[in-house]
Parts: sequence; structure tokens; C-alpha cells
Amino acid sequence: MFAYYFQLGVRSLRRNPVLTALMIMAIGFGVAASMTTYSVFRATSNNPIPQKSSVLFAPQIDNWGPEDNDKGEPPSAMTYTDAMALMRAHKAQRQTALYPIAISVVPDDANMLPIMENSYAWYGDAFSMFDVPFLYGSGWTSTEDDAHAAVTVISRALNEKLFHGANSVGRALNIDGRSYRITGVIDTWNPQPLFFDPVNTSGFDDPTQIFIPFTRAIDLKLSTAGNNNCNKDPGDGYEAWLRSECIWIQYWAELPQSTAAASYKDFLTGYAAEQQRAGRFRWAPNVRLNDVMKWMDVQKVVPPESKISLLVSLGFLLICLVNTVGLLLAKFMKRSSEIGVRRALGASRREIYAQFLIESATVGLAGGLLGLILTGVGMLGIGLVFEPQIARLAHLDVQLIALTLLVAIMATVMAAFYPTWRAAQVQPAWQLKSN
Amino acid sequence: MLKMTHLSKVYRTEVVETYALRDFNINVTEGEFVAVTGPSGSGKTTFLTIAGLLETFTGGEYHLDGVEVSRLDDNARSKIRNEKIGFIFQAFNLIPDLNVFDNVEVPLRYRGMKAAERKQRIMDALERVGLASRAKHYPAELSGGQQQRVAIARALAGSPRLLLADEPTGNLDTQMARGVMELLEEIHREGATIVMVTHDPELAARAQRNVHIIDGQVVDLAEDPRFHAQVHAARSPA
Repeated sequence: MFAYYFQLGVRSLRRNPVLTALMIMAIGFGVAASMTTYSVFRATSNNPIPQKSSVLFAPQIDNWGPEDNDKGEPPSAMTYTDAMALMRAHKAQRQTALYPIAISVVPDDANMLPIMENSYAWYGDAFSMFDVPFLYGSGWTSTEDDAHAAVTVISRALNEKLFHGANSVGRALNIDGRSYRITGVIDTWNPQPLFFDPVNTSGFDDPTQIFIPFTRAIDLKLSTAGNNNCNKDPGDGYEAWLRSECIWIQYWAELPQSTAAASYKDFLTGYAAEQQRAGRFRWAPNVRLNDVMKWMDVQKVVPPESKISLLVSLGFLLICLVNTVGLLLAKFMKRSSEIGVRRALGASRREIYAQFLIESATVGLAGGLLGLILTGVGMLGIGLVFEPQIARLAHLDVQLIALTLLVAIMATVMAAFYPTWRAAQVQPAWQLKSN
Repeated sequence: MLKMTHLSKVYRTEVVETYALRDFNINVTEGEFVAVTGPSGSGKTTFLTIAGLLETFTGGEYHLDGVEVSRLDDNARSKIRNEKIGFIFQAFNLIPDLNVFDNVEVPLRYRGMKAAERKQRIMDALERVGLASRAKHYPAELSGGQQQRVAIARALAGSPRLLLADEPTGNLDTQMARGVMELLEEIHREGATIVMVTHDPELAARAQRNVHIIDGQVVDLAEDPRFHAQVHAARSPA
């Protein structure tokens, strides 16, 4: 009977074309507004590393105290002192400190200008912690971290640019006038949001092209290319900055066992207590340990305007659906006579429900198809409201197409419950008598 | 086939109770052609809608093909309507968006019949009423008589045990009415049980048996003073 009812539904689109057009437009516009804003929300609230997001943790240690911290929350980055203490303690299965750096690659080709790309200094563990995919070779080893080795990992895009895509592992790369040995070329990798450093990127940035060891970057006295926040004057010189309470390092720990997070938090608390006893902290231990998604939440990676626009558009969809209820009611009640005849010829109330709900789903499908076109148009306008790096993440993929059609159909079917109930209440005897 | 005993139908509002049928008794046996007559508002159509399970009744008993129907739920009543009863209405009640073929198909769809069998039955029924060539026409493209023939084909397609006709010629001119009536007689001769409500004494006379309803009750015309009063009133000059 589904095919029969669907066929009747398609035919009914042609009946009362004005009413039908109004319904399709109401659903189409409502769904398109919702889906356009949802595409932004989806991109910004996406889990960038679903397979590991629950075992990767960002620790925070309050080194500023209640006078300088943000409403009792520890700073969102770490000092060099604390980061190195955690690295030395080696309490997690894997761990890394990291910070963005500004470095330039000098190509061998004399005709090419130096290339400045997004770059990070981190530990070799980070590659496996963050499941970074490799096209050639691998990350560097912990031995190379300890040796402050001049090694590097570059992106596929940079490898294309410098080596025309050939396997460049083992080759030398000139970075800021120093020679680095390439240990690996990573495949396309650009997790969004950029979970490992939301503090410096607001969660969205271009892919990182060059990675060098953290220890090497410190040796070279490379400053952060990101935020550096100090609650007091760090003093002069690089060494003074390293010893200061300035915060500029992101830290990540991989804690795969279910009990490991609690143990690690105890360790952080113990470390902070130790700093308190040593006189560095004049306040009780105040630490946090958030997994990836909680960290994204703490860092407010999802822009507030994304949430607001989604809520507003859902409200708009609701208004469209309320209108659709009225239009469907008018459409169905015009057919009381047909309902009476169908009931007389053997249709049960259940069959009237089925017929009219499937007919509504057909209207919803038509509205969804219009909604798809309008969502496509809406995508072009996202850049007018959101930052370009966020706007470009929103796209109409198969998942969103399916969701648009599903939302349109489900919303219309829900809107049709009351009109269908009214249709099923039509008394055939009265209809037939009145005819 | 159809037996109503002490059946009543009351329409209630907050202030008044109106009996559409009161202590109503009728027994129609299999293969009968019964004409139900009576003045407007006497309860003829209410009787027909209750007989067709389109309406519930307030009291009494109704056995249809041996089944007491008062306690049946909507699904069961719909199933009986679909399988055992064929309706022919005064206003034809064809669905305007469906062509002749699809209109005749409607009751067969609810029976869950296979497409091939549906098609066979539809074409047989349309052949029977002489409209096989109009299968793709829409109701608006047909005359009143042709529309009623389509309605009869729709009623016949499901091979019902009981055919209920409500003023089947009421909207037709004399010639078309004659054709429809001849068709009903032919169907009856082939064994169908027919209950026909009509105002028209000529049509009623062509049935095997006449049942007269006045004020919601079946009356014996020969003995009922209300009938004589009506006849007298009808014959008196205005």
C-alpha cells in the first residue's frame, strides 16, 4: 500500500497547486535556514579525532592564582617550567608539549623564495598520539627528542612544492639557514577544529606544514608564534622568559586506561601542592584535566553566533511548520468527501492515517528538494556572517543532503499529525448523507 | 443476510433526543431485492448507513451475514464493508482525481489484492456496465448515467454479498435512470442481494419486496393510518 499511497501523494501535489506551493515553500525555506546554520554548527562542533578524543587530555595548572586567573579557572596554556616538569615526570603513556613557531624554509631551487608556513614545535610522541597519517617515513623518535636533533616532518603539500611529491625522507631541508633531515611526510591532515591548539587558532586554521622537535626549538630560542600571556614582567632574555610565569605552551597527555585520568589528575594536584610547598604557588592546588571534546567546550571553539543562528533558524522552521499544519488541514478537509467514500469502500481509520501521512511525507520530500537548492544557495552566503576559515568548512555533503531530506520529511509528517487525525475522524455517513 | 431486531438510533444533543430509528425490525434474506421507501426524514438513509456499517446504532441487534456487528471495532467493520458490501450512492461519489479504472480499483486496493487480479476484476466490472472503453476517462468527462455505472462497477468489482443503493437514480434523467435500474435488475437476477432506498414508487415497484419506513419504524402500509393520512394529503388539492 505504501507505493499506492505515495502515488496518491504525488498526484495530490498537483491538486490545489497554490496550497501545495505554499506548503513546499514554507518547508523548503524553513529547512534550508536550519540546514545552512546547522552545517556551520556541525563543522565547528565536530569531533576532530573521534577514535581518541576520550583518551587525549589537556592538563591545566593554575600558576597565576586567584588574583590573576579567570574566575578561578587555571590559565588555558602552560609555562615552560610546568610543561617540562610534566614531560620529565612522564606519567602518561604518551605526552607532548607544543607551541606554534614562525620559521621559513629556504628551497634548494634558487628561483624560489623562502616559504613561511604554519609550523609547530612538539615532541615525537605527538605524531602517534594524534594519529597523524604518514605518506612517507614517520615521526622522529624520543631519542632524537632527547638529542635535540635537527630533524623535521613536513606536510604532503610542502613536499609537493619542494620535491614534486617524491619521497623526500632522508633528504635535507634548509630551515632558517640550518639543515634538517626529513624523517617523514604526512599525508593530508587537517583536523577541524584544530583540537591540539585551540588557544592559538580559535579552533580553525590552515593545515600545519612543518614540525620540528620541541627541544630543538628551545635550543634555537624560538619564541612562540602564538599567544604569550604574562601576569608580571618576565625579565630580559630568552632564559628569563623560560623561567617566567608566562604561559604559552599547550600540553597533551594520552591516558588510555579508564583509571589513568583520575591518577593523572592526582599527579597534577600533587605537583601543584609541591609547587605550593616550594613557595611558588601561594594558593591551594587548582588543576584541570579535560579530554578533547571538553577542552573544545572550555575553549568555546563553537562560535556563539553559530549556536544562536542555529536556534533562530530552528525557530523559523517551527513557524514554517505551524503554517504547514494550517495549510495541510485546509488541504485535507477539502477532501472530506473523498475520505467518506474511501471509508465506505473499506478503508479503516488506520489506512486513512497511512494515506495522509504518506501524502504529507511526499509534500515534505518536495519541500526537502527545494530546501536542498536553497541550502546550496545559503552556503554561498555563510561567509557574510562567519569568519572565512569557519565558512569554508560548511559544505553540502551526502550526509547533509540526506539529513535535509530527512528533516523535511519528518518535520512535515509531524506537522501532519493533527490534520491527519482530523481527516481520520471524518464520519463517512455524514459525508455521504450531505452529498 | 441482513437482520435488524428492535434496533434504535438516537441523536442526542444537550437539550433534545431525536430518534432516527425506533424499534426498527427488518429481515432481508439472501438474494432478495428490497426497496425501502418513505418520506424525507423518515430514517431511510440512516437505516442504509447503519446497514452499511458506516454508522453505529444506539440499541437493538444487527446481524449481517450471521455476524452480530455491534461490538466490532473499526478495523473489523472496515473489513466487512470492504469484502461483503457494495455501495451505490445517489451522488455517485466517484473520486474526481482518479480515472475510471482507478476509481473502480479503490475497494480492491484495501483488500490487498494482487495487481493482475485487480486489473482482471476491474475490467470485468467495467465490461459489465458497458464502460470498458472509458477506463482512462475521468469522472468529469462522463455523463451522470455513465458515472453511476462506474459507481456500480466499483460496487461490483469486489463481488459483495450485499449491494446497498441510496437513491441510485435520484440524480439521473428518466432514460439514464431506466438503464441503471435495468442493470441493477440484471445484477439481482445473477444472485445479488440488493437493498435500495428510493423515493420513486415506480422504481420501488420493480423490487421483489417493498419496506416502508415512517418516523424511524417499518410499517405495514395497509394498516398504518399515517400512510393513509399521507396519501390523503398528497391527493388533496393544495
